[in-house]
Amino acid sequence: MSTVPILEIENLHVSIEDKEILKGLNLTVNAGEIHALMGPNGSGKSTLAYVIAGHPSYEVTEGSIRYFGEDIFEWSPDERARKGIFLAFQYPTVIPGVSMANFLRMAVTNVRNARAEAAATDGGSAQPFTPREFRKLMREKMAQLKIDESFANRYLNEGFSGGEKKRAEILQMALLEPTLAIMDETDSGLDIDALRVVAEGVNSLMRPDMGVVLITHYQRMLNFIKPHFVHIMMDGRIVQQGGPELALELEEKGYEGLRAALAAGAQS
Amino acid sequence: MSAVPKPQIDIGEYRYGFRDEEQYVYKSKKGLSREVVEEISYMKGEPDWMREFRLKAYEHFIRRPMPTWGGDLSEINFDDIYYYIRPTEKQGKTWDEVPEYIKNTFEKLGIPEAERKFLAGVGAQYESEVVYHSLREDLEKQGVIFVDTDTAVREYPDLVKQYFGTIVPANDNKFAALNSAVWSGGSFIYVPENVRVEIPLQAYFRINAENMGQFERTLIICAPGSYVHYVEGCTAPTYSTDSLHSAVVEIIVQEGARCRYTTIQNWSKNVYNLVTKRAAAYKDATMEWVDGNLGSKLTMKYPAVWMMEPGARGEILSVAFAGDGQHQDAGGKVVHVAPHTSSQIISKSISKGTGRSSYRGLVKVYKGAEDVKSNVVCDALLLDETSRTDTYPYMEIEEERVSIGHEATVSKVAEEQIFYLQSRGLTEDEAMSMIVNGFIEPIAKELPLEYAVELNRLIQLEMEGSVG
Repeated sequence: MSTVPILEIENLHVSIEDKEILKGLNLTVNAGEIHALMGPNGSGKSTLAYVIAGHPSYEVTEGSIRYFGEDIFEWSPDERARKGIFLAFQYPTVIPGVSMANFLRMAVTNVRNARAEAAATDGGSAQPFTPREFRKLMREKMAQLKIDESFANRYLNEGFSGGEKKRAEILQMALLEPTLAIMDETDSGLDIDALRVVAEGVNSLMRPDMGVVLITHYQRMLNFIKPHFVHIMMDGRIVQQGGPELALELEEKGYEGLRAALAAGAQS
Repeated sequence: MSAVPKPQIDIGEYRYGFRDEEQYVYKSKKGLSREVVEEISYMKGEPDWMREFRLKAYEHFIRRPMPTWGGDLSEINFDDIYYYIRPTEKQGKTWDEVPEYIKNTFEKLGIPEAERKFLAGVGAQYESEVVYHSLREDLEKQGVIFVDTDTAVREYPDLVKQYFGTIVPANDNKFAALNSAVWSGGSFIYVPENVRVEIPLQAYFRINAENMGQFERTLIICAPGSYVHYVEGCTAPTYSTDSLHSAVVEIIVQEGARCRYTTIQNWSKNVYNLVTKRAAAYKDATMEWVDGNLGSKLTMKYPAVWMMEPGARGEILSVAFAGDGQHQDAGGKVVHVAPHTSSQIISKSISKGTGRSSYRGLVKVYKGAEDVKSNVVCDALLLDETSRTDTYPYMEIEEERVSIGHEATVSKVAEEQIFYLQSRGLTEDEAMSMIVNGFIEPIAKELPLEYAVELNRLIQLEMEGSVG
């Protein structure tokens, strides 16, 4: 296994419309690691997710993001996706008239073929992905995530309930098999049963060569998905890091308590 | 430093822009005159009544001023157009009887292949004349007539005389008058009582010569209880000067019959496409227009249904794509003459670059036409900041006991939609085509599969930077 980190973010500064959101963020994710990123509203968690995925509205003013040692800023969002970066959206967009099946087929074909080509240049075999394989794979993954087959014919995210949207995101992740998955508040808006299904889905998709960043407000998601590291984000920076116990401490003290403790620590 | 470089989307190259060398039997001189009209009639060996009809129409055409609404028609030069070109002496009943170069052209357009796969009959018009015609034998035996309109004038004079020019009179508008004066080719269809033609009939119209005017004339008669689905397609080479296509289509849908007329218009971007299409639907009859406009420089086309008797229904589905330099002025007209009639217009337009699309529609309810239901939905999608869309919904409602609905939306492709699809590995072009194809899905799903695929592909070509 490679020793180069999957994701290495250094001193990242990001602005949107001249307002600085990220103010010098550092984060390293290695293969096999799950990182929980917690923080209050407006601390910049979703901005980080968007910047990693390549959203055009955000401007990186300083710092770097490297994916397997390569700077990603010149890559378009689709290149990033084809190289194995995946963002599970907090608010997935509705695309009227486009069926899940059509959308998934195109996405999966693009990503898998790119991967096969990359493997071929590394001396591996390049097998183009066929529609038949796709249908089989889609049915398999839908069954695994307890998603009804009728889902395939529905228009992308149109009229989906909160839980259905999140499950659809996980289905996409299952089919794209990313190397780096950023999950932006995948737990929000889910009742406990839906949360369990989604979390089990994520756990079943975890591979040793994969890294995950779980963005969440709450500890409850972490009861189902065990992180190796917990990072607390405030005002555009990571202010504290630790193991799973940090999330429990946060649950107890709240962000205000933590902010006070940090301020006191800084003064002493 | 911006996080991501923004890729450019270029207009796809027009795929059907190739041209054949001219090897014609007859080509009229440029320009329009009484002599040209008489010459066309003479060459066709027409009966007097048709020659008179043409000459009268020519007078109407001369007298009518150029329309000043809709699109910009000021650059059309009627003196610079060839009004009649006969490419070959006789019509083929098999493709082998068609001159080799013309046959090759239609092969490139995929017509013989489509015919083998999913059509019950085909007419292929090249310049002014229909060069090939076929109809499945079993339909012929059931009394279905599917011939070019010139043949119909010779072989079915009574039927033609009874209906020709009754739905779209020669003096209806300037371009209907022009067509009536110089018409040539087009399809004539007669479906006998209670005969259902379950597989589509198709006509394909190809312009080849530069500065060509194509003026086909189509007449469809659906006898009581019958059904037919007629499909037309059209393309032309790309020239630096403009061509003119001005057709007239008349349809009579008798009691309890149903007619569906599907158009996939894909003219090159130097063609003025000014067409009058109108149907009369009688008791419990249904007329459906499915109208796809992708090509041309300017299209002005508003398929119409006149509901003449109770129970008649009119449906118009219109989809238009206006790319750089194109103006699609399209929509539909529903005219409720009788009570207890219903109609629907669904229009979807997409504009890109300097393209402009306009929805222009009319809902008219005559006094006494009670219990009429009509619903109009028009949605416009703008792909960028420069494209333009307008809506001109006209309502003339003379009766109170009616239910009329109208909704219109204009939307832009959201950056968030593009980003979402890109984050799943689709390129920006692919993302854009997927959104556009989703937008027209409600209409695409009404098309036979082969045409839906074709429409999809054409739109994809428009969105891509390269030829498919």
